[in-house]
Parts: sequence; structure tokens; C-alpha cells
Amino acid sequence: MDDIKVYSEAVQYIKVDMGSEMYGIDINFVDNIVRPQTVTRVPNVAPYIKGVINIRGEIVPIMSLRLKMGLEEIPESKSTRFIIIKLEKYGKIGLIVDAVKEVISLTEDMIENVKHDSNDDSIQYVFAVGKTDSTLVSLLDLDAVTYDKSMKED
Amino acid sequence: MDVSQYLEIFIDETKEHLQNLNTQILDLEQTPDDMDTINEIFRAAHSLKGMAGTMGYKRMQNLTHNMENVFSKVRDGQLKVNAGIIDTIFQCLDALEEYLDNIQSGADEGTNENEGIIKALCGFLNGESADAAAAPAAAPAKAAEAAAPAAASNEDKWKAINFTDEQKHVMGVAKGAGKNVVGITVYVNETCILKAARAFLVFKSLEEVGEVIISSPSAQDIEDEHFDFDFSLIVISDKTCDEVMKVAGNVSEIAKVVGGDVDIAPIVEAAAATTTAEAGPSTAVSADKGDQANKPAEKKKPVVNRTVRVDIEKLDVLMNLVSELIIAKNSLVSAATGNSDKGSTGEIGEHIEYLEAVTTNLHESVMKVRMVPIESVVNKFPRMIRDLQKKLNKKMELYMSGEETELDRTVVDEIGDPLMHLLRNSADHGIEADAKERIAKGKPEAGSIFLDAYQDGNNVVIEVRDDGNGIDVQAVKKKALERGTITEDQANMMSDQEIINLLFLPSFSTAKVVSDISGRGVGLDVVKSKIEALSGEVEVKSTLGVGSTWTIRLPLTLAIIQTLMVIVGGEKYAIPLSNIQTIESIRPDEVKTVQQKEVINLRGTIIPIVRLSEVLGCESLKDPNEDLVVVIVKKGDKMAGLVIDELTGQQEIVIKSLGKYINKSKLISGATILGNGEVALIIDPNALI
Repeated sequence: MDDIKVYSEAVQYIKVDMGSEMYGIDINFVDNIVRPQTVTRVPNVAPYIKGVINIRGEIVPIMSLRLKMGLEEIPESKSTRFIIIKLEKYGKIGLIVDAVKEVISLTEDMIENVKHDSNDDSIQYVFAVGKTDSTLVSLLDLDAVTYDKSMKED
Repeated sequence: MDVSQYLEIFIDETKEHLQNLNTQILDLEQTPDDMDTINEIFRAAHSLKGMAGTMGYKRMQNLTHNMENVFSKVRDGQLKVNAGIIDTIFQCLDALEEYLDNIQSGADEGTNENEGIIKALCGFLNGESADAAAAPAAAPAKAAEAAAPAAASNEDKWKAINFTDEQKHVMGVAKGAGKNVVGITVYVNETCILKAARAFLVFKSLEEVGEVIISSPSAQDIEDEHFDFDFSLIVISDKTCDEVMKVAGNVSEIAKVVGGDVDIAPIVEAAAATTTAEAGPSTAVSADKGDQANKPAEKKKPVVNRTVRVDIEKLDVLMNLVSELIIAKNSLVSAATGNSDKGSTGEIGEHIEYLEAVTTNLHESVMKVRMVPIESVVNKFPRMIRDLQKKLNKKMELYMSGEETELDRTVVDEIGDPLMHLLRNSADHGIEADAKERIAKGKPEAGSIFLDAYQDGNNVVIEVRDDGNGIDVQAVKKKALERGTITEDQANMMSDQEIINLLFLPSFSTAKVVSDISGRGVGLDVVKSKIEALSGEVEVKSTLGVGSTWTIRLPLTLAIIQTLMVIVGGEKYAIPLSNIQTIESIRPDEVKTVQQKEVINLRGTIIPIVRLSEVLGCESLKDPNEDLVVVIVKKGDKMAGLVIDELTGQQEIVIKSLGKYINKSKLISGATILGNGEVALIIDPNALI
């Protein structure tokens, strides 16, 4: 079992485009990546929740990652994708991203933790930065991304 | 042999057999001479014995064995069914149920030998000799039938075997060739688990010394273990009778073998007679024999429904698959319409048609699998009423109708207890304790309890009705005051119906004497909460002196509802049909404002209206000068009008959860997937009233 552990230190991330930046989503949480489809709006929810879609007979809420991170919303393009992540706490949630680039493997020495000293909306959802050959990838903290202040009461 | 893997099947089947026995014996009580019923009972008892034996439950087997013996006598006309027998058999069934409960909870039958019951059963067997003479006189036809089995009841059962012409011919030829025709009856050890395997070994070893030409029961039945602990064979062999018996006896777990030479002469003569004179009287005889042989075979068909036991979870998966299939079909449809310029469109169209037919059927049948008749639940009630009758010393009859009404399986599983409670309630409190009281009121001496089930639109209604005394409103009121449930002022304000409804409150019982049947004050509130948990409702109507009716209303299934599809601000929503009262077209100037709230006057009733576009946070696309489409919804006595843009029609939908992530807004009770794969939200009108 020990040698398996050595390999598992390298975690795979799905690299996505969001505006000019690149973000990484831990592949272990990714259930599915689908092309955009008609989203049914749900009344009285946070603005970044765009609504719900049907994924194989299951109703899945869709969240705009751009709105959540305080970025400007852009119209759907050919490269827009819904990344369906699966969290233990909430089940499946879809994230709208500008484009899905590739899968990258990051070992521990390629990852640098970031300090949360900024009030910038987009930084509080990032728990670390991964360095690849050419670029820097911000690794998304999915718990923080899906955290909803209004859900505190539950 | 490890039989634990069969335990579940054993429990299920035993339950089924016991239920069947209960029903049949109740029938028998009414019509003691019905041979069909007796045969059915005998078969069920026999299967029970076999199964218990296979599973190694000795006590259970012993008890059923004795019960079967009694019915075997009854079947042969040597014993008359009387009240004593029926009572003992019921005790016997209860004891078997107890064994089964023990087995279910601990995989062990328990140690109760039930000697009393066995003794009583044996008593019937021995005491019957006096009656036996009377029985044939009363039913000479049965006596004739009894003759053959009576002969067979001694050990040489092979003598009772009937031969066909062909077999007679074969025997005649064999005898002519100097071979021995031997009849034997083999008794297998009663402790033997693999009876069929033993029988097979007997056959195998007999084949070595000769040829088995006839077996009773048939070889197929023996192979399937459809025999008691004995079977009879006719063997043609070079060896003598004793040698053949020895060969059969050498197989292990064989208790004993009896047999002798078949007296071939009269048989062969008879055969010759038939072959020579086909139209002769002997044909009639053999036809007669054929009839007798056919009769039991005909009756072998199981009277009980063939049931399918399906894991609900698997069904849910299946349901999901089906919806996926429908979605796949829909994408095919859009692919075909989008590429109409291509030549292959016709072919695609054909495929789609097929796919459509398949998916529709599949969907329908899957839905049906979830539905089971309520029969399985209500079947046990006649027996319960019979017992209550004895216990309470009241005369009453249970009339049931609509047992075939189907409900979602989850509902059927849960509905048994509430129904049982209502029936007990009717028996204990409803029917008058004193028969004279009934006669004085001009009612028949025996009380009647009715259990009716029927489908009413998208609901299934189950009614428990009695012609007893009804609910004494004053008694309920007095009790409520005593308990401090209501105050004097409240009591004066309440209508009779409201007071009757107090019965559904926790810890409320009007029975003057607490019996073990009902009257502990836990019950009606449990009935109510249980039915409400199934999203049903229960209500009671009662007239003092005439009787009460308890009505349970349940949705057909929990997962599928009928809805009205509406469009608000360009978005599709579903409103459950069960909430909708009417749909009205209202002129804009008919909308009035009362206390800053919009209301309409609908045929004299002032109804507040809610603009759905506002509460849903979207913009109505309709011209404000056009007539408003208002859906009138009802919750209890309150009503409200929901203003929508457009109606698209009625649709049956499958309810899906919105998931945990979306803040559960009360307004939206769930979502559903439309034919085109898109999602529509279901509005809960109750949140708007």
C-alpha cells in the first residue's frame, strides 16, 4: 500500500479558464462535464444560482462561478461548460466555467498555499496556487465556493 | 445442507400459504362440503409441511403433518368438518404463525411443541371412525372417491396405481416374455432433506435391474420433490420381487420398501377387452378413471396470485433508466428534425417510432410494477373479525369489496395497521355490545362491518363502515371537557363534526372499558398521523344510532401526480391538480382592492388573488388589459386565486427533489423533467394561501 501512497501525492486537477485567469478543480470531486443546456430559473435564490438542470433524471443546481467570484457575467460561448461536482454535504452542483482546458497533475512541491489576507472576492475561494511549467493555476476551495451565507440558518 | 439462503423465500412462501389457509378455512366454515376448498387447503398444508421439513423445522413440520392428516381424512370423506375442527385448525395456524415469527426473528422455530393442538388433531383422526359410516351415506359420490385412497392408506400404496391401456399392454408383453412385474412402495426417512435425490438414487439402482414403467406420483413430480415421504413404482424386471425390493432398500435414508408381484391377469384381460372392443363399456370405465385422474391435476393450478417480489430500490433505478431512455428518444427527435435535408431522415423516423413505442410501454409497465393490489393487506381481516367476534361475544360480519384496487407498494405496506385499527374500533366501539339493543333499533342481530376500496380519480378511497351505534357526540364532548382538551366555551362553539374530530387527538378514548382490542387512547391519532405521512387524509362521519363511516383517501402513488402545466413570464410551472378547485377567466376591472390586497368576487365568495409573476420574481408577458387567467386553489376552507399567463394543459409528472443545495423555498415543492429534458418547477399552492 505504501507505494500507492507515493503516487497519490500527485493530485489531478481540471484546468479551467475564468476570464484571464486559470483555476484548478480537484478531479476527485468532479462527477461530469457537460455542455450548456437550458437552465430553469428558480425563484428567490441567490443571484449566482442560475437555476436547475436535468442530469440523467437528476435535478442539479447550477451556479455561475463568475458571479460567485465577483466577476462580470459573460454570454454563453462555444467553449462554455458546466462542471458537475459532487460534494458529500450537498450532493451534485454544477459550476459554469468559460472553458475547460486540460487535466494537470500537481505534486505537493508544485503547490504553494496562499494566505487569506485579501478581501478580494476571487481570492477567498482559492486555497493554493499550483505552478506548472508555464503558468500559475489557482486551486479552488470547493467548500468555500459552494458555501452560502444564507444557508447558515439551517 | 445449508438452507439459510432459502430462509427468505421460505418465510415469504410460508406467509403466503398461511394467508391462503386462513382464507380457505374461513370459506370452509361457510361451505363445509366444498371439495375445491378442501383440496386447496390440503395442498397448502402439504406444501407447508414439505417446506418446513426441507428447512429442518421439525416442530412446524410435525404440526402441519397432523393438520394435513386431518384434511386428508376430510378430503376422503371420512371426516366431517365441524366447528371444533375449524377452531382447532385456526389455533394450529396461529401456532404456525408463532413458529414463523420465531424463525423470522431468530432463524429458530422456538421450542413450543403445541402438544395440545396436535392431540386435538389426532383426536379428530381417531374419533372419526364413528362418523365415517355416516359420511359415505351422506355423500355416496364421495365414498366412491374415498375407496381408492382408503385402499392406498395402508402401506402397499402401489396397489392404488391406475394403469393406462398402453401400460397394461406393456405389462402383458413383459409377463409374456417371462419377466416379473413388481409393484413397490418406497418410504423415505422423514428426516431426509434431499428427498428428490434419494428418489433419484432409487430410480437409478432400479434401472440397473429392470425398467421402471410407472411411478406415482409422476417422475417429474418426484424430481421436483412434490411428494410426501413415499412413492410407488411399477418395475419390470428379470429379478424376483424380493430382489427388486432389496435393491431399492439399499439406498441410504430409505426407511422401508414394501411390494409384491402385480397380479397381471385381470389387468391384461381388461386391456385386451379395450383394444378389441373400443366402443365397449370398458371404454366408459377407463374414461371414468381418466376423469378421476384428471380432476386433481386440474385443481393443481394455484388459486393464489403469482406475486413478484421486487426490491423497491431496484425499481427506482429502473425508473431512472426509463426517464433516461425517454430523454435519449427526445434528442433523437430533435436530431431528426434538425437535419431534415439529409436523406436518412425517413430511416431515423422509423427508429424513433419504434423507440417511442418501446419507451412508452416500458414506462407504463415499470409504473405498474410499483402498484400492488391491497388484497395482500386486507386478506387477513376476515380472520381478525372472526376472532374478535368470539372474543367480544358479539355477532358481526365483515363485507369487503374492491380488494383488487391497486396502490403504490410503499402505501400498501403502511396501510395495514391503520386499517386494522379502524376495523377493531368498529368491532369494539361501533357494533352494539348487546344484540337486543340492535334488534330494538330494528337492525339485524349480527352487526355488519364494511371495508370498501375503490379508485376515485387520482385517489384511492378506503372506507371502513359499520352499522353500529355511531359516535355519541355528547359523550365525546363530556370526555373532552373532563380531560381539559377543550373549555366549556369552546365546547359550545363547536359543531358536532368538530367534536367528532377531537377523537383524532392524542390520548383520547371514549371506551368506557379498556379492552385489549382497542380503547387505550393510542390509536386514532396514530392512524391519522400514519395516513398523513402517506400524504393521505382520514375523516369520519357518524350518525348516532345508525353507524359511522371512516374514509381514508390516499394518493395513487407518491412519486407521480397529476398537474396543471402553466406558463408564467415565459417559464413553465406545474400546479398539482389536487389543489385546484376551478379555473376562471376574470376581467381586469373585476379585481378589487381590500386592505391593499387584490381580491375577486367569485360567485359571491371573496377570494384573494396572488399574481404568480410577482411571487416568482419574473415579468408577466401578458397585456394587462386582457382577461386574467385565475387558477382557484383550495386549502381546507381557504381559497386563493393564482394569476397565470397561460394554461398549457394537464400532465402527469414524476416528482423530483430540488436537492439539498438550493435553499428550500416554500413556494417550490419540487421539480420535474419535461418531455424535452428540461426542468419545470412544481408550485406548492399551500404556501400561497
